[in-house]
Amino acid sequence: MKDLLILGAGTAGTMMANKLIRHLNKKEWKITIVDKDENHYYQPGFLFVPFGIYQPHEIVKKKSEFIPAGAHFILDEVKNILGEENKVELKSGKVLTYDILIIATGVEPVPEETEGLKGDLWYKDIFDFYSFEGAVKLSEKLRTWEGGKLVIQLNESIIKCPVAPLEFTFLADSFFQERGMRDKVNITYVTPLSGAFTKPKATAMLNGLLEEKQVSVVPDFYVQHVDNERKVLVSYDEREVPFDLLVTVPVNKGDRMIAASELGDDDGLNFVPTDKHTLQSKKFANMFVIGDATNVPASKAGSVAHFEADILLENILHYIKGEPLRAQFDGHSNCFIETGHGKAALIDFNYTTEPLPGKFPIPVVGPMELLKVNRLNHYGKLMFRWVYWHMLLTGIKLPVPTHMSMAGKVTA
Amino acid sequence: METMTLSKPIETDANGYLKDPNQWTPELAHEIANSLHITLTDKHFEVLNWLRTKHAEGVALSIRKVGNSGIVDIKQFYQLFPGGPLKNAAKIAGIPKPVSCI
Ligand SMILES: Cc1cc2nc3c(=O)[nH]c(=O)nc-3n(C[C@H](O)[C@H](O)[C@H](O)COP(=O)(O)OP(=O)(O)OC[C@H]3O[C@@H](n4cnc5c(N)ncnc54)[C@H](O)[C@@H]3O)c2cc1C
Repeated sequence: MKDLLILGAGTAGTMMANKLIRHLNKKEWKITIVDKDENHYYQPGFLFVPFGIYQPHEIVKKKSEFIPAGAHFILDEVKNILGEENKVELKSGKVLTYDILIIATGVEPVPEETEGLKGDLWYKDIFDFYSFEGAVKLSEKLRTWEGGKLVIQLNESIIKCPVAPLEFTFLADSFFQERGMRDKVNITYVTPLSGAFTKPKATAMLNGLLEEKQVSVVPDFYVQHVDNERKVLVSYDEREVPFDLLVTVPVNKGDRMIAASELGDDDGLNFVPTDKHTLQSKKFANMFVIGDATNVPASKAGSVAHFEADILLENILHYIKGEPLRAQFDGHSNCFIETGHGKAALIDFNYTTEPLPGKFPIPVVGPMELLKVNRLNHYGKLMFRWVYWHMLLTGIKLPVPTHMSMAGKVTA
Repeated sequence: METMTLSKPIETDANGYLKDPNQWTPELAHEIANSLHITLTDKHFEVLNWLRTKHAEGVALSIRKVGNSGIVDIKQFYQLFPGGPLKNAAKIAGIPKPVSCI
């Protein structure tokens, strides 16, 4: 019997377990999946919880519901990967061996990385919505907040779901408008990037929206520390942004066991160096990496993990047969961007092609308009929660192509 | 096609980044730096050389990575290349503008 071991039962790990169980010979392969948390959070829902659009209980389910029959689920924390020995050590002291390893441990917000972020004001006037707890605490705060300077701020340039903070900003604008208090709230968006968005065509659309919603943008602002006493953000070049309520996206890091196993990238963010086309680890041939845990230059998003899963399945089957890893990931990513007032936009892009306007064909649902704000895209985004629990995690093929398509797009 | 109006014409992209990192010379670095009101010291060159090496290795660059390089910390990096340190340093180092993944 051979062992295929998956670390992490989040979006990517769960999808892989479900796909592999259908393709590997049960007499030959044992599939084991390890996670430290028994709950599966629908992370895209974290965006809606602060505004009361989703209730917390709607976005949590038990992980075990989605692990396919026949795969072994271990609830434990991975402490160390011993790549040379093909072994993984768990917190309980148990040691697992593997023939093939898939790392799918994602990334997590780490507020401790920024001085003063997790200080006296944490969960009083400073919140994150990238964790379940943060999203819930923020929803309580927003219910009673009377207005002032709302600052939405990113601590690093690489974060999962890079559009989520913008979506939060748009939703906040409509939330305060609906409560009749938009005039009491000043919204500022602070980013270490050179703008709210960095791909030209999408930037043009989003900048228009930010202006329309009267959000001021402070670009190139890399936070050095948060002064809790004066309630200001201070950048490395000593600029300041004052806030009354700070909604922050902490530095996103891969799990610390990646560092302990000496498998991390040299920026200290614990992303695993991975071949961006084959998804094989750069260090070990029998080690593969998928989802947010990789360092591939694609967005860290569930949609990306979904496209990667098709590629990884193929390559693992090639690997088992001793064939070259023929399947090539193209960096395909698509995402809905919630823009407030029951509308959303949709973007689709890959490693080499920026988001373009045009039409995105989805059989049955029909053509969705790219880079346009409308209601259908908003329903698409809300519908995605159902798709996520019922189709995506269980590895049912969604009606969208794995490789990005130029069909329907306008390039001029 | 854009060119830079330096002592000799060098092909750049629309934002003034060299198209071909091999056309870079330390003299050129001084000229680009001057246009950004930066006077280069040895420390600057240590950073520039590090950036060029990493770029040649195919590493996606970030401010954080420079801060972990052992040459400067992030604060010093900002002091050496005020404004957008990574954007400016990349321009002076003759490598493409670092891209983020959206
Ligand atoms: C606010 C927000 C909004 C988002 N919106 C969207 C969206 O609209 N569309 C979209 O496509 N994506 C969105 N995403 C991103 C999406 O949720 C992630 O990209 C996706 O979940 C990544 O899947 P993953 O399997 O790589 O990581 P995860 O789903 O995060 O799974 C990682 C798993 O590994 C486990 N783990 C980690 N370390 C260990 C360890 N040492 N031992 C054992 N287990 C471990 C964790 O418990 C976790 O279960 C959003 C994310 C956030 C935070």
